[in-house]
Amino acid sequence: MSSEGIGAPVKRKEDKRFTTGKGKYTDDIRMENQAYAAFVRSPHAHAKVKGINTSVAEAMDGVIAVLNGAELTGDGIGNIICGWAISSKDGSPMNMGAWPAMASETVRYTGDAVAVVVAETKAQARAAAEAVDVDYEELPVAANIEAALASNAPQIHENAPGNVIYDWEIGEKDATDAALAGAAHITEMDITNNRLAPNAMEARAAIATFDESDDHYTLYTTSQNPHVARLVLSAFYAVAPENKLRVIAPDVGGGFGSKIYIYPEEIVCLWASMKTKRSIKWTSDRSEAFLTDAHGRDHITKAKMGFDANGKIVGFKVATKANFGAYMSLFSSAVPTYLYATLLSGTYNIPNIYCEVLAVYSNTNPVDAYRGAGRPEASYVVERMIETAAREMGKDPAELRRENFVREFPHQTPVIMNYDSGDFEGNLNQAMTAADWSGFPARKAEAAARGKMRGIGMACYIEACGIAPSAAVGSLGAGVGLWESAEVRVNPVGTIEVLTGSHSHGQGHETTFAQVVAERFGVPLDSINIVHGDTDKVQFGMGTYGSRSGPVGLSAIVKACDKVEVKVRKIAAHLLECNEDELTIGDSQVKVEGTNKALGWHEVGLAAYTAHNLPADMEPGLKEGAFYDPENFTFPMGCFIAEVEVDPDTGVTEIIKFVASDDFGVIINPMIVEGQVHGGIAQGIGQAMFEEVVYDDNGQQLSGSYMDYTMPRADDLPSFVVEHHNTRCTTNPLGIKGCGEAGAIGTPPAIINAITNAIGDNNLSMPATPSKVWALIQSSGAKIAAE
Amino acid sequence: MTTVSMTVNGKAVSSDVEDRTLLVDFIREQLRLTGTHVGCDTSQCGACVVHVNGTAMKSCTMLAVSANDADITTIEGVANDDLHPMQKAFNDNHGLQCGFCTPGMIMSGIDMVNRYKAEGKKLDETAIRHELEGNICRCTGYHNIVKSISQAAGEM
Repeated sequence: MSSEGIGAPVKRKEDKRFTTGKGKYTDDIRMENQAYAAFVRSPHAHAKVKGINTSVAEAMDGVIAVLNGAELTGDGIGNIICGWAISSKDGSPMNMGAWPAMASETVRYTGDAVAVVVAETKAQARAAAEAVDVDYEELPVAANIEAALASNAPQIHENAPGNVIYDWEIGEKDATDAALAGAAHITEMDITNNRLAPNAMEARAAIATFDESDDHYTLYTTSQNPHVARLVLSAFYAVAPENKLRVIAPDVGGGFGSKIYIYPEEIVCLWASMKTKRSIKWTSDRSEAFLTDAHGRDHITKAKMGFDANGKIVGFKVATKANFGAYMSLFSSAVPTYLYATLLSGTYNIPNIYCEVLAVYSNTNPVDAYRGAGRPEASYVVERMIETAAREMGKDPAELRRENFVREFPHQTPVIMNYDSGDFEGNLNQAMTAADWSGFPARKAEAAARGKMRGIGMACYIEACGIAPSAAVGSLGAGVGLWESAEVRVNPVGTIEVLTGSHSHGQGHETTFAQVVAERFGVPLDSINIVHGDTDKVQFGMGTYGSRSGPVGLSAIVKACDKVEVKVRKIAAHLLECNEDELTIGDSQVKVEGTNKALGWHEVGLAAYTAHNLPADMEPGLKEGAFYDPENFTFPMGCFIAEVEVDPDTGVTEIIKFVASDDFGVIINPMIVEGQVHGGIAQGIGQAMFEEVVYDDNGQQLSGSYMDYTMPRADDLPSFVVEHHNTRCTTNPLGIKGCGEAGAIGTPPAIINAITNAIGDNNLSMPATPSKVWALIQSSGAKIAAE
Repeated sequence: MTTVSMTVNGKAVSSDVEDRTLLVDFIREQLRLTGTHVGCDTSQCGACVVHVNGTAMKSCTMLAVSANDADITTIEGVANDDLHPMQKAFNDNHGLQCGFCTPGMIMSGIDMVNRYKAEGKKLDETAIRHELEGNICRCTGYHNIVKSISQAAGEM
């Protein structure tokens, strides 16, 4: 390992601009001739729009235009779509309701946009938006899954009878039923996965500019995947053809999934820039973010797990209802199906699995992928079930897991996935050692002496990353291929630009991607620049989500480097008059092994571009592109252990220790990987203990600000113990599995298993707030050992 | 409109502002110092922390006119050519990911180290976590932010 190459904890190249206030986020950009957009949003969760009176607003200071949904659709702007087709059990296609970027007939959630004001200043735009008079006729509201499925529920979209989008299944129902019928022990649970708001610290923003001189649009936007944004804006919303639309995602302040999707505001800003011939800027404030960003999770599940007399799992049956909100967001349909039910085998040998998923509309924000996307929900179900089963059967929870672990690879589960590698017991052992598992009884007794209830809990998660083999996801309904592209340009002076379709919004690609190329060609890290986030610079790319930038994005870069190396060897062999296989590349030179004949790396670059003396028939230049389509998903896994102390008088839980042992395959930069795990754990603890989007029965969001939605703060969390026990991924060139979501996937069950262990009651739902925990302690009459 | 005058990062500035202009908007929109960020609208997140007369202040909680005659330091003004020890510590310890909360974290970090030093108190992990109550980060889980501030406290 070199000091800058694969495996080195290199400090981040991108930090200087961020620590000195020189980062350039979308709202930091100011265009000439810029005007501001403010949206008129529905205060009702479900209503008919009877009329929109804009006369007062139009006469206000600074107002340039007030535009509405009828004008938008009148100009041929298309509805927002979900890009993954899921069919119901009976083969019928999913019932996708129309989602216009601005509603002209019906609003379906509080925050649904009905008009936009464009004005000279932000304050003027907002003041005028408040003066737009919309005549609503309120309709009955279904603000949650139960209400939406009730027999008297309002119909939210005409083409989705009973508010059902699809009724999907996977696995073998009859075989699973038979296995459960013969089980020696069955554990049954009702499990809720709470709705979350992603809350990237930079709220969404957009600036659209229309250049009349060549009918060209430029959009700066807070996107995790600017090329996908351009594709969808062009192909489905008909805002502009792709060759007339440049999308730039500059520095982006966190995403966590919420910035994958193409939202109404970006469409409207582009369209309004054409209508007004002004650059249109829109920046969400936090309240607007709570009302309009896609939320995550929101599942209700019934699960049944059967065991034989020896404790082996014989069958697992799961029925989940998933809240989709008012409209189907871009990847919404895939989250509770192929990103969820396919992970229900967990880290275990389960011969029979059956899962059915009912996708449901409600009068709430659209719901889509949020860090982990389906996999946290699966991990939560599996790991709470096995833990509860161990408690019911009087077995040690670690032993029950060991007895059921997958131990041979490749391992085909009954739900599509084929695990390529892992040493699940190795991670379990590492985590138990780090957590001093065997010392827990003494610590529990000591805590009891102080009047505290101490608990310990674990979770052995597995997830699927590196999404995904294009043909495979295509066969499952995806509207896109999920490959990645890269281009490696060696300049005449030997410096290197790497263009990637991955997008960094905190992941540190400018450092880690450069590390891989620096090691490959033996050149200094500082001579390499990573270029991303601009559709005019990078040919194409599918962007960053699903922990795919390492396993997929970097693999494309490796492929492009392979091609560059072929040409470098040809040029150098020609100039040094040797065979290509006699050459070694490293230390900034290309050398004939065992001799003092060598060319500097920069000399090869210069030779390629001067083209004075190249091999016959070789084109000048030294740049190569590649597309990489993954062979398989990758399967990061790990064991997390939480130790908590509950105060029975207040229900307050303190996390005493949190240990993570992950298997991420080959790690490029351990410092950055550990940072990803820390952040994921914090979000997982947030879900387990603090966070929940709450609506009242009228569909009003009660948790719409940081006064009401509990974000994890520094003093809510401990420092984390993060360790690795890695096995190489066998299906991509670098052996990487991906690390971006693991923390958010494994943490919630570990925390809840620890709290339920402390209070001696399994009937706890997330978030485990003090009032909930206290009430449970009271109702179950749990007694601490000391009493 | 009211004319406000203040010193920002050592430079005298004077401008007409609407009375309702928040200090953060004055800094970002009029002075074009965009390192100070806005992450919420309820004064919870701390992305907008600057120093007003040497004390950390959420610049969204203050009107520009209230800062008349004040001495303001923003993230752009904490160091000249070399990085401030707090900026360096965030780089050394991977105390940032997306970078959006980072200016506020650094400004709060500098302030807490200065206060604890002035009062002769030890800034340990518990104290740092308590002092970060007003700064929200969604990326790092605070683990490396705490390490960063701890390192800088030893160097400042």
